[in-house]
Amino acid sequence: MIAVFKREFKSYFTNPLGFIILAAFYFFLGLGFLFIFSDGNPNIGETVFFTAQIGILYFIIPVITMRLFSDERRQKTDQALFTAPVKLINIVLGKFFAAFVLYAMGFIPTVIFQIIVSGYVATNVFYYVYALLGIMLFGAALIAVGMFISSLTESPIISIIFTLIVNLFIMFSGAFASMITIPTTTNNIFETFGSWILKLVSSFLNGMNFLAVLESFGQQTFAIKDIVFFLSIVAAFIFLTERSLEKRRWS
Amino acid sequence: MIEVTGLSKRYGTFLAVKNVNFSIEKGEVVGFLGPNGAGKSTIMNILTGYLSLTQGKVTIDGFDIAENPEAAKKRIGYLPELPPLYTDMKVREYLNFIYDLKKVKFPKKPHIDEIMRLVNINHVENRLIRNLSKGYRQRVGFAQALIGNPDVLILDEPTVGLDPQQIIEIRNLITRLGKNHTIILSSHILSEIQAVCDRIIIINYGEIIADDLQDNLSEKLSTEHSLVARVICDERDMLATLKTVKGVKDVVALGKKENGAYDFEIIPEEGADVRAGVSGRIADRKKQLLALTSSRLTLEQVFLKLTQASSNEEARKMLGFVDDEKTTTSEDFIIEMPTEDKEGEE
Repeated sequence: MIAVFKREFKSYFTNPLGFIILAAFYFFLGLGFLFIFSDGNPNIGETVFFTAQIGILYFIIPVITMRLFSDERRQKTDQALFTAPVKLINIVLGKFFAAFVLYAMGFIPTVIFQIIVSGYVATNVFYYVYALLGIMLFGAALIAVGMFISSLTESPIISIIFTLIVNLFIMFSGAFASMITIPTTTNNIFETFGSWILKLVSSFLNGMNFLAVLESFGQQTFAIKDIVFFLSIVAAFIFLTERSLEKRRWS
Repeated sequence: MIEVTGLSKRYGTFLAVKNVNFSIEKGEVVGFLGPNGAGKSTIMNILTGYLSLTQGKVTIDGFDIAENPEAAKKRIGYLPELPPLYTDMKVREYLNFIYDLKKVKFPKKPHIDEIMRLVNINHVENRLIRNLSKGYRQRVGFAQALIGNPDVLILDEPTVGLDPQQIIEIRNLITRLGKNHTIILSSHILSEIQAVCDRIIIINYGEIIADDLQDNLSEKLSTEHSLVARVICDERDMLATLKTVKGVKDVVALGKKENGAYDFEIIPEEGADVRAGVSGRIADRKKQLLALTSSRLTLEQVFLKLTQASSNEEARKMLGFVDDEKTTTSEDFIIEMPTEDKEGEE
């Protein structure tokens, strides 16, 4: 797992991709810091959330995950990985953590922001730490989804487009859900049935609303269930990735 | 060492490998021979655990590849058709990665150094794999398979796309490795396999159609040795003359082929070499011999015939009745050189 992690992480920086991703992170964090701090809000946690709120993470994460498995398959290097005496899950985990560490590195500037700002005004450090915890879990969930999609295809381009579509769906799921009004009274069996379906769709869309869960971290009202929510998505998609690679052996 | 029983592989509705059985002893060098798409790569991918099997059982050194994949994979070094190289890495960096990936226990630096020396890539260790030529990439692929010193080496078309010089180098390398490894290599080129393997398994349409030691196979497939001579002469005279040569069983006139030149098929008695006698007699008569060709069915042609057969049944039949097939080859050899067959020269 460590060998795969090291190679994968290094590979982000043997081409410009890793640097471009980090540059994008730093640019948007700087922008967020500028807006929010000049607004008179000294909480760096807000800057962290800013990246998720303006939706830029939904676009950066597919770039991080697009090559993870698709490129291996295209260049046939997966033959070295899958014929090595290593469990499949360790390969998947190595790749996941490589992508995750790159993502986490994107938020390093906020540490600097926090240090600088706390020198001038009293800030809520807990707020910052919770925000960081939330954004890490949020990113981990999206990375796991992207990695799974990358394992389905041979082309990084298809992988990135498909991941973007899924991410946009996640991004707007809150808005979609708010468009659904479930009737409170029903007159016949069909309407009852219809309202069931609406309820189902609405709760599915609400379940996909990562941002709402993330924001509960911002209000410092997060419960253990929010952490479990993200972690279970991560676990589920790591498992699915492993299955999808295993399935490929059987097809 | 390698035990394969009842192996089948299905891709959707297509049966790529059908009930394949073989077993390979420690230290054997075995060649998989077959045309492209015969199922050689599929079998190799199954042996190495890259693909699953639909039916059957594969054990490597007693470890089942399906039930105990890690132990089995530890004993295998695999060089796929396209070497699995990360082109954005340097050679040593890549080998270090493979070393870590395979969780090898030997001391790292000396082990990798030794392998790089063996395949002769130590002078490119700090170059990006992307910038290496095909021959070097293939050697890096070899190095990758050798890391961890596995007992079994599985090489899928190791010389494809290389220049003749590189082919010879790789062949020598395989011969050297064959002394203390069990090797399976595949090829669709017969001479390739003849050069390095003791045993040949011929695969076609996903089935094994022959599995024997190379010598036995050649013997089984080789046919009566007849010659075709082209001489400028009078046809009837020459026919009578040739019949009197010692060791000649029969001569058949094949008719006029060029300006004033006639072809004769000369069938010698068993075990007799009549080439010198025939050319000497023609010279005695002051006639010009233009060509003397062997009309033996070579192993190459047998292989072609076997693999082009419309069905494997037909191919197997050929193995038994191959003596009936006779064609003239283009294997011309100059009469002044009393050499053995061309095959022996290799």
